[in-house]
Amino acid sequence: MEATLDRTLRQTWAFMFRGYHLTRRYISWVIVFNFYALTGSAAVALIGVAAHDHQLTLTLVVGALLWNFLSILYNEIAMSVAYERWEGTLEYTFMAPVPRLVHLAGVSLFALCNSILNTATVLLGLMLFTDITLAGANLGGVVAVLLASSLAFVGLGVMAAALPVLSPERGAEATHIFQGSLLLVSGVYYPVEVLPAWLRPISALSPATYTLAACRRLFGVGDPATTPQRLAGAPLASVLPELGILIVMGAALLPMGLWVFGRVERWAKQTGRLKRTG
Amino acid sequence: MTCPAIQVRDLRKRFHKRRRGSKTTASAEWALGGVSFDVAPGETYGLLGPNGSGKSTLIRILSTLLFADGGDVRVLGHRLPEEQTRVRQLIGRVSVDAAFYKKLSARENLLYTALLYGLKPSVAEPRAMDVLERLGMEERTFTIPLEEMSRGMQQKISIARALMINPPVLLLDEPTTGLDPRSRREVQTFLEDLRRRDGTTILLTTHDMAEAERLCARIGFLAHGRLVAEGTAEVLKRQADAATLDDAFIKLTGARVSDVDTPTTSAKES
Repeated sequence: MEATLDRTLRQTWAFMFRGYHLTRRYISWVIVFNFYALTGSAAVALIGVAAHDHQLTLTLVVGALLWNFLSILYNEIAMSVAYERWEGTLEYTFMAPVPRLVHLAGVSLFALCNSILNTATVLLGLMLFTDITLAGANLGGVVAVLLASSLAFVGLGVMAAALPVLSPERGAEATHIFQGSLLLVSGVYYPVEVLPAWLRPISALSPATYTLAACRRLFGVGDPATTPQRLAGAPLASVLPELGILIVMGAALLPMGLWVFGRVERWAKQTGRLKRTG
Repeated sequence: MTCPAIQVRDLRKRFHKRRRGSKTTASAEWALGGVSFDVAPGETYGLLGPNGSGKSTLIRILSTLLFADGGDVRVLGHRLPEEQTRVRQLIGRVSVDAAFYKKLSARENLLYTALLYGLKPSVAEPRAMDVLERLGMEERTFTIPLEEMSRGMQQKISIARALMINPPVLLLDEPTTGLDPRSRREVQTFLEDLRRRDGTTILLTTHDMAEAERLCARIGFLAHGRLVAEGTAEVLKRQADAATLDDAFIKLTGARVSDVDTPTTSAKES
């Protein structure tokens, strides 16, 4: 039992180890991506500053931060198979005696660490461009909501990771289409009410919609008591409905993602698609 | 009676090709059309065949990366694909192209594999270093990124990776293709030593007849997905009434010399 646990922990660590060293070796690209994320977020936040509207600035800053976090988490997991194929290591990873659950858990854990670091960098950068403060925000509540939404996003990411197995080139493209759709319908920079009526029901299916709605309240966005000096973050109890929905979504999407990935892997082994090259 | 290390019975595999505007249809030809052979524990068995003969397909089925359409495949008594998790712990594989994270060093790549197999780095690392030293690599090269290494060096690290997990069965898919004569000889000497010293069972696919003759106790000729002849190099030469194994191969498989001498990556998958 202890030996199995040791083995599982080492196998999970393998993906963290790999991710850390690849990040180190591709550090110039990591800096470029972080710079791009920061400038993109700052450009959006400055729209609020230009309008001299603190509430708008806060809305945009929270949207930019959360979208950074969720999109990196999703993207790292969704592209994990495509990355392995580009590196040429896909076959060796899939023939190693590592359970798929452990494999995907390791990939997800590294993606989570990567998202946290990237988001922290963007937050620090945004503080240079705007006068936002975190004083008064319910940061504990934000962490709780992000943890709950991470489960749902990991589930979506695992499901999307199966797409490059199905079709090496089109699959990678499809993961980005899906990511773009989430950005559009989840109310990242605007309320979902401004979406066309036919698109609004779809926003209810995106976990990001609930994450953003809950986190904005926990940061005090929309609360008249919020001032540039101090945010009026809502208590966690006020976002329990969103938290509940996110937990249910995570509980459904995570096993569904694993099931889809398992089915696709089986299909790929039957058709000969599980190979280095497309 | 000793159980074969690798047992293949009536193995069949056919790939389905999608054609524009039509439903998925089965390929007309079998990549493997009923292949049967055994490899005894500690034996080095060579599988020779022209491009597209089914060698790589067979190796990928044994590597648990591909499901067969029919037949029975067992590795050390464990049936595939039912016991694929167990089989994965028993096999090491070296393929024609060294598949690594090219930006990472040899040491980082090897430690990653050790962790992936659930091994303690403190146990696996000395084993890998020992293999690399036996293959004539200097310790200073262990920290160099793979992308800065020659193909021969990369292939030696690929062998160290496969052996680090101490597998009783080694699958070698053209391990010396593209290596310079000196590196090729070092790898061949190492494989001879490995079989002698550790009793590792080796399934080797190669285009190099001299290599097959030197390393393999028995050789199977694969053509159009079928095993057309099997035996020691001497038996095969006698069977074909040929002076060399090259001649025997061409006579028994009907392959042209150009099919054998110019392996390409794109032609590997059959």
